[in-house]
Amino acid sequence: MSGPTSQSLTGLEPLAESIAKPSRRSPASPVVMSWIVLLVSILYFGLPLVGTLIFSLRAQPFGEAYKMMVSDGQLFKDLGYSFVIAIITVLVSIGLLVPTAFWVRLRLPRLRPIIEFITLLPFVIPPIVLVYGLLSTFSGPPLALTGSNLGSDALLVCAYVVLSFPYMYRSIDAGLRVIDIRTLTEACQSLGAGWFTVLWRVILPNLRVAILSGAFLTLAIVVGEFTVAIFLARPMFATYLQLISQTQAYESAAVALMSFAITWAAMGVISLIGRGRQEKIIAGVH
Amino acid sequence: MSYLALTGIQKRFAGGTVAVQDFNLEAQRGEFVSFLGPSGCGKTTTLRMIAGFEKPTAGRISIDGRDVTDLAPNRRNVGMVFQNYALFPNMTVAGNIAFGLNVRKRPKDQTKKRVAELLELINLADKGGRYPYQLSGGQQQRIALARALAFEPTVLLLDEPLSALDAKIRVALRIEIRAIQRQLGITTVYVTHDQEEALSLSDRVVVMSEGHVEQVGAPFEIYNFPATPFVASFVGTLSLLPGTIVDPANGVVRVAGQQVRVAKHLTGGAGRNLTVALRPEMGSLGASTDPADNNVQGTVTDVAFLGSIVRIRVSLAEGGPIVALDEFNEPTLKLPAVGETTTIHFPADGPLVIDTGAPVEQLEELIAEA
Repeated sequence: MSGPTSQSLTGLEPLAESIAKPSRRSPASPVVMSWIVLLVSILYFGLPLVGTLIFSLRAQPFGEAYKMMVSDGQLFKDLGYSFVIAIITVLVSIGLLVPTAFWVRLRLPRLRPIIEFITLLPFVIPPIVLVYGLLSTFSGPPLALTGSNLGSDALLVCAYVVLSFPYMYRSIDAGLRVIDIRTLTEACQSLGAGWFTVLWRVILPNLRVAILSGAFLTLAIVVGEFTVAIFLARPMFATYLQLISQTQAYESAAVALMSFAITWAAMGVISLIGRGRQEKIIAGVH
Repeated sequence: MSYLALTGIQKRFAGGTVAVQDFNLEAQRGEFVSFLGPSGCGKTTTLRMIAGFEKPTAGRISIDGRDVTDLAPNRRNVGMVFQNYALFPNMTVAGNIAFGLNVRKRPKDQTKKRVAELLELINLADKGGRYPYQLSGGQQQRIALARALAFEPTVLLLDEPLSALDAKIRVALRIEIRAIQRQLGITTVYVTHDQEEALSLSDRVVVMSEGHVEQVGAPFEIYNFPATPFVASFVGTLSLLPGTIVDPANGVVRVAGQQVRVAKHLTGGAGRNLTVALRPEMGSLGASTDPADNNVQGTVTDVAFLGSIVRIRVSLAEGGPIVALDEFNEPTLKLPAVGETTTIHFPADGPLVIDTGAPVEQLEELIAEA
């Protein structure tokens, strides 16, 4: 009887309980939700990887897919080619976009909405349209670039500069936002520096992390890009992967895992190179 | 012949805003000139025109007889110190100081020697290997100063260099800036809205308002003989007392029902209105027996301790004008209580007479804006 009696003593207990409960639960709920989201994400992204790993290990004898992968010279050739194209793409993008973003921020801020709109175009226009346009324009005179490997490589780089444009430009623009480029530029100029010195000695070094982030995204896009590479008939990693997946299922799974590992390794290296000191430097700028 | 000359300078921004108009200045070699004025008066724009970051709409700028009006900033050989230091975060202190020398491709051993000299000059000899983020604000600004001086510029420009620092460092650093400037004998233009800074540092002060020069003069002249009501109100503290001329020949004016004498022959006849302006240091508590002094009575409305001085406000009439006066804060000082009736005195040659016909309210507005 004591229970019901005590419950009816004031009649306010349910109200007190309802007030107390949210205050006890509210801090815990987001934590629980975070763990649930994290767990679901791990399963969503991790299970396919685990599945791919298990599948790749089914090749007999054990580990044969990986042995074959290591011994296949074509894989490393294509992978190397992809990385070279990616690096050239990154360098061309830096050369084009750093001065552009710098100038827009410094002297033409009214153009920013237009530039931002242009950065969205590669999302809207599919790569197939881009490569078709390139082929129509550059497969015949006066600029028959597709007739030679060098010409095709140049077209490939140009296409990848366009595809990586949104990522690279936005990374650089975000980097420029956190440094006072106007004052730094004026300080440079008052010390006798011309525009090239301003960009090379002051702006670029202070954009290191932003450029590395953009470079990483560009690298990931270029290494994994298939449509432009296949239409321009260039020996990229993605075309190799597609080729072996048609005939060697276990090996293609092993190669996919390897490309995933390389991507993560690249991201780790970028974090190690840039993050620490740059954050301190930015924190020190008032 | 002047070393730095600004002749008929005008700056009109797109949209029609006139930031600077009819600005003329001639500074001698080694002179320290300050531009003083409220925000938006055009002082920074003028400085930026000397640096080359803004192009004048009209007028010419010359340094050491050479017309630099159309020269790019990097070709003017002018050093600049910015409000927010603008040190290059990716370079060490030594790298920052050496930047201007490296751009000029000076030999490495000369650059190293010069950097060491400057680090010594700013008392940061052991900080050459540090990065800007590892230094305090005051240290960063000293580095910025050393960097601007490293390549031996013709003119040094400082754009409110101390405004981001706390009060004590500000005072210490301004003494240091002046000492270095004297030591190097470099022509310097200093922009500030802090009158104390301008008055304590400068050989001459250019007081600016709404894009034009109000007065150019030595600090003593600016403070004691302001040329316009704006200068009088902007530089120092003023109590504005509306008055009516009683005896123009003898400078007698009636203020809040009491007669005061100003050591000035007043123009216009008796009954004309004018404003008597009194600086706090001119007045003292108590009655004076000196016939050259004015004694007036009033009620104490406020007593405020300001460290070395005590500022007392006395109302000369119910709801009437208030006189602020400063007394040195000595242990023996006997202060009146708020609400007490007291007599104060000030010399006849103490007050300024503002005879523009502008009502006190308008002048007070001017002070508030400043």
